[in-house]
Amino acid sequence: MKLPTLIAALGLVAATGAAQAADPNLARNLAATCANCHGTNGRAVPNSGMDALAGEDKAKTLKKLNDFKTGVKPASIMHQITKGYTEQQLDLIAGYFAGQK
Amino acid sequence: MMLMKRRDFLKAGAAAGAMASLYGCAGGGQPRGHVVVVGGGYGGATTAKYLRMWSEGSVQVTLIERNPTFISCPISNLVIGGTQKMEDITISYDGLKNKWGVRVIQDDVVAVDPAKKAVSLKAGGSMAYDRLVLSPGIDFMWNEIPALASADAQAKILHAWKAGPQTVALRKQLEDMKDGGVYALSIPKAPYRCPPGPYERACLVANYFKQAKPKSKVVILDANEDVMSKKGLFTKAWTDLYKDIIEYRPNSEVKDVDVANKTAILEFDKFKADVLNVIPPHRAGDIAHKSGLKLINNRWVDINWLSMEVNGTPGVHVLGDAIFPAPTMPKSGHMANQHGKLAAAAILNMLSGQEPSPTPVVMNTCYSFVDAKQAIHVASVHQYDPATKVVQPVQGAGGVSAARNELEGKAAMGWAKNIWADMLA
Repeated sequence: MKLPTLIAALGLVAATGAAQAADPNLARNLAATCANCHGTNGRAVPNSGMDALAGEDKAKTLKKLNDFKTGVKPASIMHQITKGYTEQQLDLIAGYFAGQK
Repeated sequence: MMLMKRRDFLKAGAAAGAMASLYGCAGGGQPRGHVVVVGGGYGGATTAKYLRMWSEGSVQVTLIERNPTFISCPISNLVIGGTQKMEDITISYDGLKNKWGVRVIQDDVVAVDPAKKAVSLKAGGSMAYDRLVLSPGIDFMWNEIPALASADAQAKILHAWKAGPQTVALRKQLEDMKDGGVYALSIPKAPYRCPPGPYERACLVANYFKQAKPKSKVVILDANEDVMSKKGLFTKAWTDLYKDIIEYRPNSEVKDVDVANKTAILEFDKFKADVLNVIPPHRAGDIAHKSGLKLINNRWVDINWLSMEVNGTPGVHVLGDAIFPAPTMPKSGHMANQHGKLAAAAILNMLSGQEPSPTPVVMNTCYSFVDAKQAIHVASVHQYDPATKVVQPVQGAGGVSAARNELEGKAAMGWAKNIWADMLA
């Protein structure tokens, strides 16, 4: 990678990071994309067969998500979905659900 | 808001207060205003709930819906196939009213005045809004199938592409059909609501025939050149499970029908059925289509992906099946729910004087049953791309099931329970 390209790429990452950090509702909004299957704020309907994520330890959820993403943990659908989110977004999602006591 | 009775107002206010204290009542900077949501389906109901939940009750929300209850399109093919009942897909709006303090009014919006920020109601009177959300779903382009123009014809040749009385009526036609009869299903050219839906319906009707009327046939008349969704999985199910029952005919656009003879009229051919099920081409729901909003191809509403606000009409947001979709984005209930959350977050920012989030994300999951228990899925994730100003599918993410199985069938029912709760409970 040529140096100007690298600098431009880093600039883009920094700008995206800053925009995301400036948005106080980002974690909430990202976690809401999971709610269709995992329940509003991670409170899945009891006995629906879906993992409830509310109040789960952040590190545990994050590891599970990353294991789906890398293929370490087999899945029917979660390996396809987790690949659509950045590391930073998965981190925010896991953190948000951990905060739902 | 002349239609609101005073005691309803007081009740809604009390609910808002109770909720604010429940959430610890964040002080200052709270969004204020009145949002009117038109249409209580997957998009509108989700928007209404999330506006109330995320504003901690500080934003007033009125939901105007013409039907007394929510009836789900997803899972309705199981009712047509006879393994689920209407009550399994029917849910009350009481959760939105009582738990979330949404004012639910059973009525129809007949006009929108974006300059005055008001909608006109069929029952009479008008209602003012600070922001308007239209989630009207689809309406059919009856002029594309001329003989179906009349209500009488529409009651005989069914679409059943909006869940409700048509779902019940199609089930009845299939039950009344003799063994050895032919059920023909016509699919319009894409884009249409629920890309895998027609192929799922063919499977579930064939599943019913296999058990109850084994000499009967299912013929799919597809206006498209090929199966539009989950192709490999559907064609494998047709071969493995319904080999002598389902026949697939691509490039078979239905141009008109002979109602009395239950005959589909194609460009060079005719096809007579015992039960003829025609899904006409569709467009944005009437209220979004006729209100002077910017349309693409004169069919779908042109929206801004940061807020779902209509390009050129400030204060009016449109979502769900009615919009011109982003690349590879299906018109699905799941996606409408995601649009609703995107819109709710943006509206709350705008009502408190902030810009919408610059990095929205939406994702889709669609399950389809291939028999009473086995299902298949397709999933995708879409991230906002500042260069194209559209939520673009993430390359390498998403995909379809490895194979049909009962585990996915259980996941499909789990999906339904959770998404219904996410929008209504």
